[in-house]
Amino acid sequence: MKEPLLRIDDLNVTFGAGFGNRPKVRAVTSLSLEVAPGETLAIVGESGSGKSVTALSILRLIPEPGRIESGRIVFEGEDLLALDDAGIRSVRGNRIAMIFQEPMSSLNPVLTIGRQVAEPLRLHRRLKRRDALERAVEHLKSVAIPDAEKRLGDYPHQFSGGMRQRVMIAMALACHPRLLIADEPTTALDVTVQAQILELLKERTREADSALILITHDLGVVARYADRVAVMYGGRIVESGPAAALYADPRHPYTQGLLRSVPRLEGNCGGRLDSIDGQPPDLAALPAGCAFAPRCPQVRDRCLTAPPLLEAGAGGRAWACYGYEEGAA
Amino acid sequence: MNGRGDVLLRVEDLKVHFPVTEGVLMRRRVGSVKAVDGVSFELRRGETFGLVGESGCGKSTTALAILRMLEPTAGRIVFDGEDISRVDQRGLRPLRRRMQMVFQDPFGSLNPRMRVREIVGEPLKVHGVAGSRRRFRERVAELLDLVGLLPAMADRYPHQFSGGQRQRIGIARALALEPDLLLCDEAVSALDVSIQAQVLNLLMDLQRQLGLTYLFIAHDLSVVRHISDRIGVMYLGRIVEVAERDELFEQPRHPYTEALLASVPTPDPIVEAARAHRLIAGEVPSVRNPPSGCRFHPRCPKVIGHCERVEPLLEAIGPARVACHLYNDSSPAAAGSGQTGDLSV
Repeated sequence: MKEPLLRIDDLNVTFGAGFGNRPKVRAVTSLSLEVAPGETLAIVGESGSGKSVTALSILRLIPEPGRIESGRIVFEGEDLLALDDAGIRSVRGNRIAMIFQEPMSSLNPVLTIGRQVAEPLRLHRRLKRRDALERAVEHLKSVAIPDAEKRLGDYPHQFSGGMRQRVMIAMALACHPRLLIADEPTTALDVTVQAQILELLKERTREADSALILITHDLGVVARYADRVAVMYGGRIVESGPAAALYADPRHPYTQGLLRSVPRLEGNCGGRLDSIDGQPPDLAALPAGCAFAPRCPQVRDRCLTAPPLLEAGAGGRAWACYGYEEGAA
Repeated sequence: MNGRGDVLLRVEDLKVHFPVTEGVLMRRRVGSVKAVDGVSFELRRGETFGLVGESGCGKSTTALAILRMLEPTAGRIVFDGEDISRVDQRGLRPLRRRMQMVFQDPFGSLNPRMRVREIVGEPLKVHGVAGSRRRFRERVAELLDLVGLLPAMADRYPHQFSGGQRQRIGIARALALEPDLLLCDEAVSALDVSIQAQVLNLLMDLQRQLGLTYLFIAHDLSVVRHISDRIGVMYLGRIVEVAERDELFEQPRHPYTEALLASVPTPDPIVEAARAHRLIAGEVPSVRNPPSGCRFHPRCPKVIGHCERVEPLLEAIGPARVACHLYNDSSPAAAGSGQTGDLSV
């Protein structure tokens, strides 16, 4: 395997100070992952599984009262958690860029599109206003915004949802980042537009040889666009591996349940879906053992006492389950 | 086709237009948004009819017009043999007992200051069928049990429940008056996959148990496919294709249906790798200013001569009904804007 572009080691993120009887919310627990140059890693999970917090941690954008308790986030050999404020600012939007779910609320409504796309170039590349705007036009063209020159002076509300997300992509790619993090980039968009945006994202990151971390709850999107997948549950990665292998042979009972509970466009329908009984865990009161144990059909005594650690196997696969032994079937 | 008896609801050439006004003191009507513009379909008793389309296609407006929560501009809504499109408010009350709605947002659609018992039992009180205090409590307990919640939860408030449980509360409330028809507007869209599957299973169980008819509105094609018997595809205020579920998915006829199906990624990397990703360009235009002729023509990869000028009508093509000139280019001058004719598929 190539030297990873990004490596997260044993990351722990909590919310709330835990004063009095208000327990700390453990949003991310002992999370480790790697992203290779040029690869697309999907982080999947349901709401509250910790996938967005993981993404925000990379750029140190965790909002108060959230706190990165411990861990290392090494990007191109440099620990991002050890940087001072100026240091991390020079990374954001420059070497690592991020695209958010809601294109309306992540663009500034009172600044023109041209100014916003030019901003990272002015800031990180120290370009003059006119040069930055010229480059902005090129970037807007590369994400297929029609009449890019004429639209520089327009404001975000004058763009449709899909066009706004294209602007976000142009802005994120302006400084040719080595890593792009996209947090549910198409959840707010219609399906026909979703497909356009994801194709564009994939194509542009491939051209730029950037790595992409795609955060999503949509297992179809993962199947179409990801090289590797990490499945999160209750703040931990419960399984990871190459997309094709993971879908063909899911090893963690949660991944198995998740894949079975999605209605599909082909195959059987009308019958009962295999749902996962019960509710997702409360991150303020995680059980002592495996967070999935209360819903797990294969639960055993050991699962209730200590959480299983991520175990690495052949073919780049890893799983955190006492019930699975490689080769044992 | 009137005497078939198994049609519970028939919507004929339904139009819902909203006025667009200008001016502050002298408000002038300067145009209209044709949110629903000539929609026809029918629901057979006991079936699930899925209505799919992207945002702004008019699917929710259609549901609200059926319930008469929005006034139809034109067209007929025939429920169990009675034209309800002109019935006055007093006349609507008994009808509303028979049609209920399940909403998308399990957070916004339950009053946070009411206990579950009051929420689920409210329709009984509004319609004066609550009975004695004991009967009322029993009925609420029965309803909670029906949707898989514990009757003991009746004293709790909505915030004490998860999203999936709240959606069950919304379903229990909709079932309180023993309706014939349930309109589910994006009823599982806000839920996580594993919870969504639980609620879909519940809806299918309830249909079997209680003989309900569903109008199931959603943008998620795989969900609609799973639950529906027949499906209507909407685009900018009109139905472009109606067919039996399998027919629609195996042989989509309208280019928009085809594009929609091609846009949805399948949760299987091997299938995805083998699949050609044919995308359509552009976005859904504004309903305020829809394209002339066929509303899909600016995005359509198969556009032909008169698509730009003449609006296609919904016509029988094989076992489906399709509104597309590709299949009937011999009749370009067809008059009228409504989607009329035999409605059965």
